[in-house]
Amino acid sequence: MRRYPEPKESRFGITRQQSQKIGFSFIRLISLITVLPILGIIVYIIVKGGSHISWEFLTSMPSDGMRAGGILPAIVGTFYLMAGTALFSIPLGIAAGIYLSEYAQDSYWTRFIRVAIISLGGVPSVVYGLFGLGLFVLFCNFGISILSASLTLSIMTLPVIISTTEEALRSVPYRFRVVGVSLGGTQWQTITRVILPQALPGILTGIILGLERAVGETAPILFTGATFYLPHLPSSPLDATMALPYHIYVISTQVPGMSSGVQYGTVLVLMVFVLGMNLIASLIRSRARAKRQW
Amino acid sequence: MTEPKIQIRDLYLRYSDGKEALKGVSLDIQPNLITVAFGPSGGGKSSLVKVLNRLIDLSDVDEMRGEVRMGDLNILGKDTDVVELRRRIGVVFSRPIPLPLTIFENVSFGLEVAGMRDKKKLSERVEQALREAVLWDEIYDRLDDPAASISGGQQQRLCLARVLALKPEVILLDEPTSALDPVSTAKIEEFLETAKKDYTILLVPHNQQQAARMADKAAFFLQGELVEYTDGESMFINPRDKRTQEYVQGRFG
Repeated sequence: MRRYPEPKESRFGITRQQSQKIGFSFIRLISLITVLPILGIIVYIIVKGGSHISWEFLTSMPSDGMRAGGILPAIVGTFYLMAGTALFSIPLGIAAGIYLSEYAQDSYWTRFIRVAIISLGGVPSVVYGLFGLGLFVLFCNFGISILSASLTLSIMTLPVIISTTEEALRSVPYRFRVVGVSLGGTQWQTITRVILPQALPGILTGIILGLERAVGETAPILFTGATFYLPHLPSSPLDATMALPYHIYVISTQVPGMSSGVQYGTVLVLMVFVLGMNLIASLIRSRARAKRQW
Repeated sequence: MTEPKIQIRDLYLRYSDGKEALKGVSLDIQPNLITVAFGPSGGGKSSLVKVLNRLIDLSDVDEMRGEVRMGDLNILGKDTDVVELRRRIGVVFSRPIPLPLTIFENVSFGLEVAGMRDKKKLSERVEQALREAVLWDEIYDRLDDPAASISGGQQQRLCLARVLALKPEVILLDEPTSALDPVSTAKIEEFLETAKKDYTILLVPHNQQQAARMADKAAFFLQGELVEYTDGESMFINPRDKRTQEYVQGRFG
């Protein structure tokens, strides 16, 4: 262990160790303050909405103009949207990430692609919604549907998945690629057998975080797939669907005489959904880090 | 005089950063001998190793010309099947770099990417290679452990084993013992002494003692030039070139 020299002087009548302690306590206090609002929100929602959560609330259709009954169609719709988004964005995102990390030369073209991806990540979500309306709903004639909404959410999710895939691949040491190739592997064989498995936890984390963001968004599905109320569950990808975030918007602003229990209950479900995914992502990450050999 | 295994003629190599790594090197590498390429760092030894199995393709190269042949195969040819070439010319690097896989998978990797699927055949070849690299007895009961879990010396023999598994004709070793303790170093050197009857070996030694110990033929590289190429003994006892003399006697480098 390295020993630091003893302090030679003291200021304000305290030693350096003491002043360090004070400094650290201050920093600790500040970080606590940043966490407080998040904790506050979570606790508040659990307190207000927790009592409304029941099996019936989760598994039955809304009734009485959504003022009572359950939120099943919104939960199922959110699942559908997530699955649809995953279907489109995961293969495309991973493929693009592999291309950028492993194959793309540093050229104006690839630099342009990178800038485009970064800018895509900064586009406001309502713009995605309008874009989806124009391209998928109207031009492709998919209508207001799960398909249109999933495609719109996919475009929004892609930058996250692409850049985390690229990052995860880049963090795998270059020397493994040299060895793989030196043993007569092609570049593709080396990537799929050695590099990709090492990057997988990082990629998974990116996928989950991207999907989680998609699932929580309202604006992109507002014009592309979400509907106010559905008396039955959607039966095809071309059906419109209810979804948790939009449902929360609807019951908070559009329905007079709403009980706050239903509102907070719905918010709690969405929050558990999103935080749960977050938790899974962190678990994957920490597990992978413990197992990593390099 | 036997037919040389590898013939190098006027090999010139310049990297994209402008550095001339090899300035017209001509060299015949004989089969079944240990050829030692030594000299101060920056002499072009490692570049030569990279050219021979075309790992140089992964580096940014500005210009490469000259001719390198192994039998009928033009190693520098545009249409040369480099994947096949790398199976015939294996390389061991200066640091042990086990792939982040199990011990078994490290050895079977090269066979599997070459298309071998038969599990039984694979384990036979893996065992054979590990025995040849004098590692089998130490690790036969934990083939499914991560390769990173064994010692550095064992890892380097594992790296040797996965090259041997491909039954190469030529083995290139670029300072293979520079990260190893003396005991592990001795094991690698013993292996090389017995293996030379089956292979063509090009060794970049990590110091001059090793060079003198191992060299059947020795090539002295200085700043991209092959200064002297002769039998190991004459090189270290009675070098002809003044620069070789000075280096061998320890006056620079």
